[in-house]
Amino acid sequence: MALIEPGPLALNSGGQSDDFKPLGVLSRPVAPKASWRRWLFTVDHKKIGIMYGTAAMFFFVIGGSEALLIRAQLWAPRGTLLSAELYNQMFTMHGTTMVFLVVMPIGAAFANFLMPLQIGARDVAFPRINAFSFWCFLGGGLFLQSSWLFGGGADGGWFMYAPNSGVLFSPGHGIDFWNLGLIIAGIASLTGAINLIVTVLNLRCPGMSLMRMPIFTWMTLVTQFLLLFAIPVLTAAQFLLMFDRLFRANFFNVANGGNPLLWEHLFWVFGHPEVYLMILPAFGLVSEMLPVFSRKPIFGYPFIVFSGVAIGFMGWGVWAHHMFVSGIGPISVTTFSLTTMFIAVPTGVKILNWTATMWGGKLKFTTPMLFSIGLVTMFTIGGLSGVTHSVAPADTQQTDTYYIVAHFHYVLFGGAFLGFMGGLYFYWPKLFGHMLNESLGKAHFWLMLLGFNLTFGPMHILGLQGMSRRIYTYDAGYGFEIWNKVATIGAFLLASSVALFLFNVFYSRVKAKHLPNPGPDPWDARTIEWMIPSPVPEYNFEPVPTVTRVDDFWYRKYAETPDHRLVRVHATDEVAQPGGATNVHLPSPSYWPIVAAFSLPFIAYGLIYSLWLCLVGGIALVTALYGWALEPPDHPGGDHGDHHGPDDESSEGHAVPVEAPVGIDEKEVETVG
Amino acid sequence: MADVSIREAIHDELAHPVADTNTGISNTKLAMWLFLASECLLFGGLITTYLLYKTPLTAEQGPAPKQVYDIPFTSVSSFVLLMSSLTMVLAVAAIERGDHHRVRTWLAATALLGATFVAGQVYEFTVFKGEGMGYTTSRSSSAFYTLTGFHGVHVTVGIIMLVSVLLLSLRGKIPVSRAETVETVGLYWHFVDVVWIVIFAVVYLIP
Repeated sequence: MALIEPGPLALNSGGQSDDFKPLGVLSRPVAPKASWRRWLFTVDHKKIGIMYGTAAMFFFVIGGSEALLIRAQLWAPRGTLLSAELYNQMFTMHGTTMVFLVVMPIGAAFANFLMPLQIGARDVAFPRINAFSFWCFLGGGLFLQSSWLFGGGADGGWFMYAPNSGVLFSPGHGIDFWNLGLIIAGIASLTGAINLIVTVLNLRCPGMSLMRMPIFTWMTLVTQFLLLFAIPVLTAAQFLLMFDRLFRANFFNVANGGNPLLWEHLFWVFGHPEVYLMILPAFGLVSEMLPVFSRKPIFGYPFIVFSGVAIGFMGWGVWAHHMFVSGIGPISVTTFSLTTMFIAVPTGVKILNWTATMWGGKLKFTTPMLFSIGLVTMFTIGGLSGVTHSVAPADTQQTDTYYIVAHFHYVLFGGAFLGFMGGLYFYWPKLFGHMLNESLGKAHFWLMLLGFNLTFGPMHILGLQGMSRRIYTYDAGYGFEIWNKVATIGAFLLASSVALFLFNVFYSRVKAKHLPNPGPDPWDARTIEWMIPSPVPEYNFEPVPTVTRVDDFWYRKYAETPDHRLVRVHATDEVAQPGGATNVHLPSPSYWPIVAAFSLPFIAYGLIYSLWLCLVGGIALVTALYGWALEPPDHPGGDHGDHHGPDDESSEGHAVPVEAPVGIDEKEVETVG
Repeated sequence: MADVSIREAIHDELAHPVADTNTGISNTKLAMWLFLASECLLFGGLITTYLLYKTPLTAEQGPAPKQVYDIPFTSVSSFVLLMSSLTMVLAVAAIERGDHHRVRTWLAATALLGATFVAGQVYEFTVFKGEGMGYTTSRSSSAFYTLTGFHGVHVTVGIIMLVSVLLLSLRGKIPVSRAETVETVGLYWHFVDVVWIVIFAVVYLIP
């Protein structure tokens, strides 16, 4: 240590040595204890995960209201609540909002909050990029919704088929808002995917080999790979549409030889992996919850993992089953029929494994368990109606009917959304440090299950009777009336179940003030995120655990006797971490992610209305990116312990020694060395 | 304060072991590889679009791209771009040796060669427009300009990155311990070159 002169440590990257006084914005914000700035400039994966979930619930209320308007319009024949134009906008915006701004971000919320905890990481690989992803998603989502204020939403269906998406058939700006908003949300998904894949591959705690990772983490990895490769295809297609609509290119201009099938192919090459990346996070959550409440390990861990990976691969080979009636020819139809039948196999493997996990277990029917069983059963119904689509002649009859609507709501609501709801009840103590009320939770589950089945069950029949989707009304006398009334009643029951959930959130929060903390492990769970306090401390783990097997935390608590009985060997408190660690070095907050992300909607408004706004947005973006690249890794005077978070690397990818407090003495330097 | 770099090196070694990741690949480099993998699909979509639309619907809709190509000219600019990959490799080799003077020379050379390529593209576009192939002329012209334009934007972003690294290096902010910065920018640059080889072969050369 003789090499080190006494005196302050300088930032490695600058000439500032003695007195480090960075210019306002080039320093990093100091997070006060409780303030909105704590959230706005945060780079903490847990806060970002919570913000993802909150924003998704906000958009869920918007998308749900659109759904209620649709159902109210269809209550009786020749409904007059909505005009045909408004109805087109409603179902387009409902679908787009629910897919891109609700289900995908709830998946991202769990991935952000949970995955780093499950692998024992201190944060994600790129905390600032993580913040950027969230603000980018929020900016894109708000931009998309702002179309309602600027002359109406998009009206081409969430798949936006050409040539209906052209200026000729949709002269308003709704589709431009749709297009640019989803490009921005796509940037969020892409940066998020890169970030989370690097996190899973690079930041696992000691002993956490790939085949010891919790299933949710595995499913997150598969999901993010799907995003990584699916999003750019959609982005390419959306750029083509943007050039068509805003700069009069000829990609989908049929008069000049534009081919509408090109859009269909590009969209569904994205769109089918998309449906798997919406469902896989929920599959992961269920695979976490079922073993806990069955008090058995997951049945066939490698099969669950590899069937998820297989779905990820095979999901790329089935897209044209969305296009059986588009005239793609018998060979293509046969091929995609077969691949569609095959992809049911890995999904069936999962259903079997979940059932076998519950088989012979000591089942505890808590709210998360009910939602998990709800997913398994409802998804099975949706999966089976999905396999009927692979029978091309039958699919020809079903195309564009309510049968399809029934199918994808069974897999996306009955599958993904029920899984997410269960996950929320399960992980609520980790998120906020208190449980959700169980009685209200069970009422919520049964009401939601009832409302859901009343809404979407009858749509199977309506579809087979020949009722077309995307048409704003129907005539009396076709036998559609009764089932439409049932579906509308179901939809409002569903809405009241959501209201019950929101009430439960506030009710449990108020009640929790008089209850003791639920402790680190309220469910007697299996994976390592349950060995840290609830709510999770800012630094996650201290010390970082070493993992020796799947369900590591469970086997710290329990051992097996020779005749395969479980015996408790340690109380939870003996093996859980007490929390309260100090002196853990964490990434500093940053101003730049939110500035960079919010510059993008400006550019998008500029493309639609005036290129001058693009200039404003562009300058903000470039400033933000350079501010980002050049900002110091820490706020001056920040505490620098010996424990390092992942943001010790600058955006250019090299280790950046962290600035130490001014006036550090040699003894402290010695502890670093 | 002369020993800042030594102190840095010590801090680096002890507090930030070089391959402190499960894969042994640094986070940033892995992220760049993933990003480039995703870019393959973006260019894949655009190249597919071009192949579908390579001739206009009818002959009246202006010239087809292949009627206006100047293959010798584009071959020269392609050669320039390929040579920039060579200078990029030399820059990476130099930073690993700690030869900062050569790093700067080769980075500047790479940026300059890239800029020459972009200038050639702008010139080419101007000539094509003069020969009656505007952006909105036909489906082929839209597809051609979009594909090559996207590539041109990628090269331009690469040049901005190279110049930024060069400026940082001139201010002494790229020590040997940060050699990977140059390498990561290099990864991006080589990718953009490889994509051009595909575009040049598929769009210009194959009839």
